[in-house]
Order: sequence, then structure tokens, then C-alpha cells
Amino acid sequence: MGAAITSSPARRNPIAAWLLSSIGKKTIVAVTGTLLVLFVIGHLGGNLTFFLGPDWMNAYAKHLRELGPLLWVARIGLLAAVGLHIYFTMLLWKENQAARPSKYVVKNTIQASVGVRTMRLTGLVVFAFVVFHILHFTTRNIDPAFRTYEYNLHGEEVHNVFRMVVVGFSNPLVSAFYIISLALLAFHLSHGIASLFQTLGLTNKKLQPVFQIAGRVIAWGLFLGFSSIPVSVLLGFGR
Amino acid sequence: MNFHLKVWRQNGTSGTGKLVDYEARNIPSEASFLEMLDIVNEDLVSKGEEPIAFDHDCREGICGMCSLTINGVPHGKDRGVGTTCQLYMRKFKDGETITIEPFRAGAFPLQKDLAVNRGALDRIIQAGGFISERSGSAPDANALPIPKPIADTAMDAAACIGCGACVAACPNSSAMLFVSAKAAHLNLLPQGKPEKDRRVLGMVRQMDAEGFGNCSNYYECEAVCPAHIPASFIAMLNRDYTAASIRETTSATA
Repeated sequence: MGAAITSSPARRNPIAAWLLSSIGKKTIVAVTGTLLVLFVIGHLGGNLTFFLGPDWMNAYAKHLRELGPLLWVARIGLLAAVGLHIYFTMLLWKENQAARPSKYVVKNTIQASVGVRTMRLTGLVVFAFVVFHILHFTTRNIDPAFRTYEYNLHGEEVHNVFRMVVVGFSNPLVSAFYIISLALLAFHLSHGIASLFQTLGLTNKKLQPVFQIAGRVIAWGLFLGFSSIPVSVLLGFGR
Repeated sequence: MNFHLKVWRQNGTSGTGKLVDYEARNIPSEASFLEMLDIVNEDLVSKGEEPIAFDHDCREGICGMCSLTINGVPHGKDRGVGTTCQLYMRKFKDGETITIEPFRAGAFPLQKDLAVNRGALDRIIQAGGFISERSGSAPDANALPIPKPIADTAMDAAACIGCGACVAACPNSSAMLFVSAKAAHLNLLPQGKPEKDRRVLGMVRQMDAEGFGNCSNYYECEAVCPAHIPASFIAMLNRDYTAASIRETTSATA
């Protein structure tokens, strides 16, 4: 019935033992989550060039493309982070389900927030959104006409990202999906940001409430920043 | 006072259980929750029925033996204040329906009705929750200087009575609050320092082997803990475990 007492040295390779332990798996989720949060913050910085007009936004996009191989390093890194983040979460989820074979008849949530209780749902919807978002604005499969948008940047023909954003968000359905997905991302991060400090052990009793508030502020700040663009387009900015 | 009870009855370790309705009549408001069950059991015995099995021992709130998930909350509605034995019927409304379930976790096999086997927690202690000390004459008290804040934090962790309510409250049946408290109270003190890495690695590995779930930072554990252990000890355990793993990998520890 009970497990035998483990001898303390790892029977396996210590790195494998750490990776397969509960804390190791959680750490992978926290580290990949950190990378993704930093990416999202950087992404917002780029997006906000929209408000500076087509010259700024198209020049920013041009410089990003000119990174060449570095851009691919970032893309592959992000893809790996997303893959590991989801894979390890699902592994943990499967174990957590198995850890309580008979469920409570009466369930009572005491202090767990909405954010933590909906992590998998919000995460998977955000993932579906990211797939759509890449097909929409990166590979431009959703509307191939986006590929033909050209812009004259100081005598040089570049891709007109600014117009693509304006046309893309002029569709209220696309904007609505975008804003809803970002609200779900904010819920995800309202738990996730503070949670990663806890999992990485970079907190204590005094700092924990600070991280909790900071996490919520950053999460909803990101939401406001991102959704300001489709809202501005729908209100007529850039058209 | 009168109450409608819905009590989980299950015969033995195998088989399935179900909620059975009972009427608790003429219960004094000053009765504890366990005393209320004693009265119900007296009634069942006098009718020739099998009494409800439940865990209890000191009934003073310090031994950690009583359990029960009452209306979905381990140790009942007086959450965070104490154990089930310290919960009094005056906290309930007359005529209230009360659902009583065991502490549910795969690592706590159900023995009978509301009694579960929490031996997994003892095996985690055996895997590292101790210090090795020479027998013989005791050292002078206060000979070992310990800063006051460290002593206080260690004492906060040592308050854990090992009841397992944290596991019962956690949606993942994780034992992290228990393990983090038991590891921290020794790790923080000079007597526990020499075996710190061995302790942390041993206890976490035993916890995983027992089939407890993984911590998702729900913090339901600290809300029900009768000893008010804060979840910040879990952050400390996460940090200590990864640091110990790094030292183990680089062979800096035996």
C-alpha cells in the first residue's frame, strides 16, 4: 500500500531525478512561463509603435525582419517554451487527477482565486488564439491579401504592417476574439506571474502579497495595452 | 440542537461508499463536533446499528489525529481556527444539513467510513524529517546562538501537527504544505543544517513516491491549516530542493 522509504541519494541520474520530481516539473513550467511573459511584454512594446503612425510601425517591423537568423532563434526558442509549458502542465494535471481517485461530493473553494481555478481553460484558449494570430498576421494565411500590402518607407518598399493591423482589426469579430483572448491571458497571468515566484522559491511571507498585487497589475496592464489597438481601430484611428 | 447529517459510509478499504442520512437530535450547543458524532453513535449502537468510524485522539487540538471534511472544508467551517475536535456545534445553525466526508486523497487510503490511513505522512518524516544527534549528556541550553527571527520562523513551521488537512483541502491532494513545514523547521536551525540537503531530497522524493499531487499554488492548504502554516514555506522548499539537486548533481554533497 505505502511506498517504501526512499534512500536519499538519487538512484537515477540526479538531473533526471530532479526533472521528473514534482518540483522539477513545476520549475520547468515556471521558467518557460517567465520566458513567455517577458516575450508578451516585449511584444506589447513593439505593438505600441502603432500609435506613432505607419512610419514607425513599418520601420520597427523591417528591423525585426532584418534580424534574420536571430529572429529564428527567438521563434524556435518561443515555440519550445510553449511546447514545454503545455506538455509539463498536462503531465502535472494528469498526476494531480490521479492523486484524488475518489472526489468530494460537496466541494467548497475557500480562498483560491478565479485565475488559479481556470489556468488550464484560459491557457488553452490563449493557445488557440496564438495559432490564429500567427496565421493571421505572421504567415497571413487567413487573408492572403495582407501579403500584397506595400509601404514606401523613405523610398524603400517594405511590407505595410500598419495597414494590415488596421484592416485586420476593422473586422469586429476578429477584434472581439482578440480582446476576449487577451482578457483570458490577463486572468492566466494574474495567477501565473505571482505563482512563478512561488515555484522558483524567489519569495517569502513578506514578498508574497507584493508579488500577488504586482502580478495582477502587470496582467491587466498588458490587457489594457494590447486591447487599446483594436479599440482604437474600431473607433476610427488609422483608417 | 438538531441537525441533518449526510455521512460517508464505506465498509473497509475496498468497495465503494455512499452518503447516508442520519438525524442528530438533542445535541447541546457546547458539544464539540466529535461529541456530536459520539451522541449519534450511542444512538446507532442502542439501535443495534454499526457506529460511524472516525479518527480522534487527544480532543485538545494538538495531536493531529482528528480529521473530517465538513461541508467541503477540512476541519469544518471554523476554518483556520482549529481542528475538528475544537469545532463546536454552536457554530452551526439549528436544523442545518451537514455533509461529513473523509479526508480524500489517493495517498490516504480509506480504512472505514471517515477514518483514513495517513501513514504516508509518517513515511515522509522517516525519509528525512529528523536530525541525527549523539546520545549522552545534553548540551547547555542557549549554548547555540540562534537569531530570534530564525527561531521564530522555525517555531512557526514546527507548529504543524501533521493532521493532513492541507492534503485534504488541496484540489491536487498535494502534501507540499506539510512537507515544507516539516523540512523548514529543521532546516532553519543549526541542529538541522548538516543534513539539510539529504532531508529535502529524501522527503520530496518520498512525497512523490507516495502519490501525492503537485502544488499548483491554489493556497487552499494554508486556509484550512489549524496551525496557520503559511504557504511561503512551500517557496522555501522549492528553493531548497532545487539547490540541493544542483549540489547533488555537482557532487558537492555526499
